[in-house]
Amino acid sequence: MRYLPLSDADRSEMLRVIGAGSIDALFADVPEAARLGGKIEGLPDHASELSVERQLGALARQNVAAGDVPFFLGCGAYRHHIPASVDHIIQRGEFLTSYTPYQPEIAQGTLQALFEFQTQVARLYGCDVANASMYDGSTACWEAIAMARRITRRGKALLSSGLHPHYVSVAKTMARFTGDVLEHRAPTLTAEADLDTLPIDAETSCVVVQYPDILGRIADLSGLAERCHAAGALLIAVVTEPVALGAIKAPGEMGADIVVGEGQSIGVGLQFGGPYCGLFATREKYVRQLPGRLAGETVDAEGKRGFVLTLSTREQHIRREKATSNICTSSVLCALAWTAHMTLLGEKGLRQLAMLNHAKAVAAADRLARIPGVTLVNDSFFNEFTLRLSQEARPVVRTLAERRILAGVSLGRLYPDDGEIEHGLVVAVTETNTQEDVEALASALEEVLA
Amino acid sequence: MTINQSGWRPTAPEASGEEIGTWTGNRALMLEEPLSFEIGDTQTTGVDFAAAPNGESRLGGLDRHRDIGLAGLSEPETVRHYTRLSRQNYAIDLGIFPLGSCTMKHNPRLNEKVARMPGFADIHPLQPIDTVQGAFALIHQLGEWLVKLTGMHSVAMSPKAGAHGELCGLLAIRAALEARGDAREVILVPESAHGTNPATAAFAGYRVENIPATEAGRVDVAALKARLGPDVAAVMITNPNTCGLFEPDMIEISRAVHEVGGLVYCDGANFNAIVGRVRPGDLGIDAMHINLHKTFSTPHGGGGPGSGPVVFSEALTPFAPLPFVEKEGDRYVLVEEENAEAEHGRSFGRMTAFHGQMGMFTRALSYILSHGADGLRQVAEDAVLNANYVLRSLDDLLDAPFGDSGPCMHEALFSDRGFGGDISTLDLAKALIDEGFHPMTMYFPLVVHGAMLVEPTETESKATLDQFIGALRSVAKRAKAGDASLKAAPIHAPRRRLDETLAARKPVLVYKEPEQAEAAE
Repeated sequence: MRYLPLSDADRSEMLRVIGAGSIDALFADVPEAARLGGKIEGLPDHASELSVERQLGALARQNVAAGDVPFFLGCGAYRHHIPASVDHIIQRGEFLTSYTPYQPEIAQGTLQALFEFQTQVARLYGCDVANASMYDGSTACWEAIAMARRITRRGKALLSSGLHPHYVSVAKTMARFTGDVLEHRAPTLTAEADLDTLPIDAETSCVVVQYPDILGRIADLSGLAERCHAAGALLIAVVTEPVALGAIKAPGEMGADIVVGEGQSIGVGLQFGGPYCGLFATREKYVRQLPGRLAGETVDAEGKRGFVLTLSTREQHIRREKATSNICTSSVLCALAWTAHMTLLGEKGLRQLAMLNHAKAVAAADRLARIPGVTLVNDSFFNEFTLRLSQEARPVVRTLAERRILAGVSLGRLYPDDGEIEHGLVVAVTETNTQEDVEALASALEEVLA
Repeated sequence: MTINQSGWRPTAPEASGEEIGTWTGNRALMLEEPLSFEIGDTQTTGVDFAAAPNGESRLGGLDRHRDIGLAGLSEPETVRHYTRLSRQNYAIDLGIFPLGSCTMKHNPRLNEKVARMPGFADIHPLQPIDTVQGAFALIHQLGEWLVKLTGMHSVAMSPKAGAHGELCGLLAIRAALEARGDAREVILVPESAHGTNPATAAFAGYRVENIPATEAGRVDVAALKARLGPDVAAVMITNPNTCGLFEPDMIEISRAVHEVGGLVYCDGANFNAIVGRVRPGDLGIDAMHINLHKTFSTPHGGGGPGSGPVVFSEALTPFAPLPFVEKEGDRYVLVEEENAEAEHGRSFGRMTAFHGQMGMFTRALSYILSHGADGLRQVAEDAVLNANYVLRSLDDLLDAPFGDSGPCMHEALFSDRGFGGDISTLDLAKALIDEGFHPMTMYFPLVVHGAMLVEPTETESKATLDQFIGALRSVAKRAKAGDASLKAAPIHAPRRRLDETLAARKPVLVYKEPEQAEAAE
């Protein structure tokens, strides 16, 4: 077996040093009833590298890769071009095969990269501080609600209708066990979200609003932030498309107290939903309520600047049941990919990328809205917008997939049995889409709807 | 002189006295590197874009005018920046990484290659299911391996890491208890447990109570039985436990918990010790997470991503989270919110957006297929052999608190008993850094004073173990002699000891430009 370096001679010699007669003697504590005499039946034996690559390659080829077809899916995961150097950097063995930086003297590479990451996330979100990543956007969203409960000592969270339904589902799952009360309505296919009608009161811990929202709509959060603060509640903004913040105001600028989101667009890729990279930022005054790892600056015994994991008295390995969260392993390699990609972009590149996405989306929205039976729901959007089709969108999406066009996300998949909304099709357009892609989608959609 | 197994000897006497400074602060290949914010600026970019077509903006009047403050670098500068940073990291690719409880084994590069196949890496989680049948087939195949290797009934693939898996297990337990109208309040956790166990129990809304350990480093079964009652929802047990020992009474413990209507959660962080030799299902366990980034070698990446699938007993299977993949004929379907009602109406719900850590599934399946049933059994045997070899090569010098009670499993535990002067476990660990090794896990488990937990894993050769043992014997002798110079270690690492108190007292968590930092003072 190519990954196991011990020879049989090594094994015999080592057993002699240990003073054990056999390998079985080392497993003497296992109760008789639980000992397996030989290998588990019904499973194949070891295989060569060539053979494994062949088996998995065959499975990979059964999937339609986004890069091979006109592709317009978004709703929480976006396809962007990732520079080749990003993957090179994260495949450096020193990053790829290191552990959580518990010994900072020999982990400055990871720690400094995380400090850069935290700085970039905080600035992108318009916040004071950020942590060193969460699992993904949906789990970061629940952690933000739990953090708001700790800060306000209130247990009712209002989720705006534009919040990603999977994020809502995750929060509902957790709230069922923690006793938090969640209020949420499904969205309607309208140009405006329901932000003005959210019933904020003296029991509200937080309002959770997605920006841009699940339909791609963009709303000014300033007024909502003021209403939250007047009632002693926090405003949590959720950003599933970080590239948008190269074009539109940061939630922190508009008064959001906690900003969380999915980082996947930058550096990570689609990956069928994971691993992704949860981003989490807040105000300086709430830093001791943050979940997860934090890299902080300090000095070494010679006075040289260095970085360590800090404020760990919030964390499970010190505080155990009193920790702010149970999170341990998070998403550091994805955070490194994010930070390397963001460093390549810089502010100039990010703004160019954002404007390119927006311009392509505007052109595509106008083209698609000209199709009979199609109307554009949004007044405002970044790189993702919702179309109302004259018929239910799910079968349309399936038919187009048979023609090898991945047209977008039908809202019926996300909001089953919800009547009207099943006519909604959410289309994302990024720098990876060509005009030919848009044309292919438009003409195919026109035929299917005719 | 330190021992040097590679045969190299210095040709000149070692320099003594003060280190000669350099103008750059670099020391040959040990290179200093500023922050990206100190070398980049907002007008530089390392990516070229086509010009955006002109058109009206539909941003709802929310255009971002204020500077964001994101520093950019050209591509060569970016590659060099992160390459230079990478060289300040220790990694498995450089040497043994013997962190107990962390299972830092070799990460095969084949796994990286297959995870990057476009058919896996470039597919969207909400694509129509007929366009991702291969992805579902992979998830299903990996799930079947995990079920068979553990002897359990079903598996939930979506948890994102070990602690998320613990949460998944406890939520299923809670849902099962609530379904029979038997809400309970308490989770029992051994003192030696990972910190995530009590944190997860609290996160799931439970009260945590500790169970003591015996002198032999095992769960005190009598104390556990005495505490069991109608308020106990579950016990969370790590097996093999964090002292590196198998819990020989596990079957009895499970029976006792079940008798009072409770359930048994097993922290599977140490599954590497028993994979292919023991099936947790045969021990009476109801739920266990499996860290794919430990036992199945998906790379740890400096702190994730991980992946924590949870295997369930038949009793808990109906309560497993959404979504999951099912096979209908030769087609795979996804069970999620919309179609769960009929057959899976008791599921406790969704834990994360989408399907879990696909990128880790591909790597783990690649690892599993490479090893096969025979190779995985060999993994456990070699992991346990290596740990016992370390234990017996050091227990004449270092105190092994449970060394007399028989062989260890995949990790060897030592204490600081017998260290001279005020030398601590921390000092010994830092001296190992100077020897070119990542230290073992320190001060964990909490039940042993100055604990040092060494997990070599099966991917270390005997020669590597001998060199590590030699280095550890050398520093252990110095520790026992009370050698005060250990207090200064490390002296050869990119940084000397870092001031963690300062970092926590005055947290600096983001970079501020000098003028900004001054203004804030």
